[in-house]
Amino acid sequence: MKERVPVGLLAVATGIIVVMLAVILGNIVLNGVGWISWEFLTSPPREGMMAGGVYPAIFGTVFLVLLMTVAAVPVGVITAIYLNEYAPPVTAAQVRSKLARARGIEWLAEFWRLVQVYVANVTRTAVTTLAGVPSIVFGLFGLGFFVQFIGAGIDRTLYGGELVFGQPAIIWAALTLALLTLPIIIVATEEALRAVPHDLRDASLALGATKWQTISRVVLPQALPGILTGTILTISRGAGEVAPILFTGAAYFLPHLPTRLNDQFMHLGYHVFILSTQSPNVEKTRPILYATVLVLLVLTFSLNLVGVMIRMRMRKRWRRGR
Amino acid sequence: MGFRQVTDRLAHGMVALVALTAIVAIVLIFVFVFREAMPILTDPGVHREVSLSRLFLPLEQASEGRPFIWQPVGAVPKYSLVPLIIGTLKTTLIAILLAAPLGIGAAVYTSEFAPAGLREWIKPVIELLAGIPSVVLGFFALIVLASWLQRAFGFTARLNATTAGVALALAVIPIIYSVSEDALTAVPQSYREASLALGASAWQTAIRIVVPAALPGVLASLVLGFGRAVGETMIVLMASGNAAITSWNFADSTRTLSATIAAELGEVIFGSPHYRVLFFIGALLFIVTFLLNALGAYIVGRVRRRLMGSE
Repeated sequence: MKERVPVGLLAVATGIIVVMLAVILGNIVLNGVGWISWEFLTSPPREGMMAGGVYPAIFGTVFLVLLMTVAAVPVGVITAIYLNEYAPPVTAAQVRSKLARARGIEWLAEFWRLVQVYVANVTRTAVTTLAGVPSIVFGLFGLGFFVQFIGAGIDRTLYGGELVFGQPAIIWAALTLALLTLPIIIVATEEALRAVPHDLRDASLALGATKWQTISRVVLPQALPGILTGTILTISRGAGEVAPILFTGAAYFLPHLPTRLNDQFMHLGYHVFILSTQSPNVEKTRPILYATVLVLLVLTFSLNLVGVMIRMRMRKRWRRGR
Repeated sequence: MGFRQVTDRLAHGMVALVALTAIVAIVLIFVFVFREAMPILTDPGVHREVSLSRLFLPLEQASEGRPFIWQPVGAVPKYSLVPLIIGTLKTTLIAILLAAPLGIGAAVYTSEFAPAGLREWIKPVIELLAGIPSVVLGFFALIVLASWLQRAFGFTARLNATTAGVALALAVIPIIYSVSEDALTAVPQSYREASLALGASAWQTAIRIVVPAALPGVLASLVLGFGRAVGETMIVLMASGNAAITSWNFADSTRTLSATIAAELGEVIFGSPHYRVLFFIGALLFIVTFLLNALGAYIVGRVRRRLMGSE
């Protein structure tokens, strides 16, 4: 059969991608795993990063991601609730045609609906736009808005011009990352909410529950696994991003762990960047570098793996349910 | 109105208010990035060093016949964006040329030919590629891939546009793949059945019926991949060599727009012309990626409506 050849080529293209992924992961695991030890994970870098471990970078990354999650997940989940539960499930054109025929109080009601439809549409556009903004632009924004506008503003009004929040800090890096990851949690939550059968909502409303009671006690518990998956993917993405934190709080080396919101912090991804581009002795730092990359990968990649697996399972179940 | 009704109203209001965050964020990003870049257009003090024409047109004080120079630190700072734009186009072009056949090929294979059991695996595996942090891809390109490619092609500069482009392709493949795959699976099953019933083979059906029907979506995947490649920072910062040379040679070390911001903003004086130019580059990236993403989303939306019938 002459068609085996082109189909085979497509299979080869697929295979190349899978092999590339395997090569990258294999290379990092093989070269990194030998240097991993309890000491490496629990001690700070020594001798100008030529020896010692990455504990402060692990600590900083976890602290950063925790702050980011606390900021991003509630806002993302609520935005998804708005888009899926409160926004009128009609198009602007449908409302407009009704508006043309309506009179008096009915006209006002339809007009209000139209406004809501437009707000929902603009919100959706904003979410996709936000997802497309390059991460380095988030870094610029974090510096210009959080550090120099909000931070310096806080210093002027609360601290009499003393430099407290008007400098790169973990809170500004976390908030910058929260905006970057917001679309991920929104999209994941929306998908989970859509999968909740309408019968459940109708049954709850028919029993006399209010809309909010229905959402908070019936819909959200059903969507919880999906929301958790979204949270896992958000954490995985946020832990790996470096460009947004370059100017908003990440530090090359710190003798102390960050404990306050306006402290700077060390970060695994930034540590990888510094070690691989600014090491005075590449051969000597190579094992440390590989081990650091492996720790970062385990943190981001394993979370991502778990998220993708759960999502795959749930999608299968939803498809069967429909 | 009872307590429950009050809570219900309050909840509705609060939810709607919080949902505005995304809109507010986009507006703030736009305002704050452009605000820092604006003095290039308006401030006469900044004009002495840099202006729009000096960013894009040949420099008057061209030295040694080189009209476009990016040299922000020096006695006479030179801020031509041309070498950076060329650098960005070079790495992006390599990335797309490599990622397009692989990503689209894999998408056609998964949606049309792969056995069902295999398909269940390929999709998440390629999604996993998107889960590798870009700093890790940059690291891999810098430490491993650069040496391999240098040995294979005999590059004089170990880090160059090609190395960065190949690494960038790894970040772009998942986008091209998943958008194309979505477009292909959105083609109604009846198209395939009709074609097969008329005696066409599986390959003919895939290439003459399914792919043409999904073509706009496949093109959109390229546009979205291009947008991602233009904005990607850590990979090119680590693997491109970062020399701002005005050359179309793909073996030359190269510096992109995004990497320039990342490399220079840390050492720049707040409010200086150089600082303004870096924000200007950020604004440029924002606009370009915004337009590319809007175009991609528009095409994807149209395809979906056409194939699934307007809702």
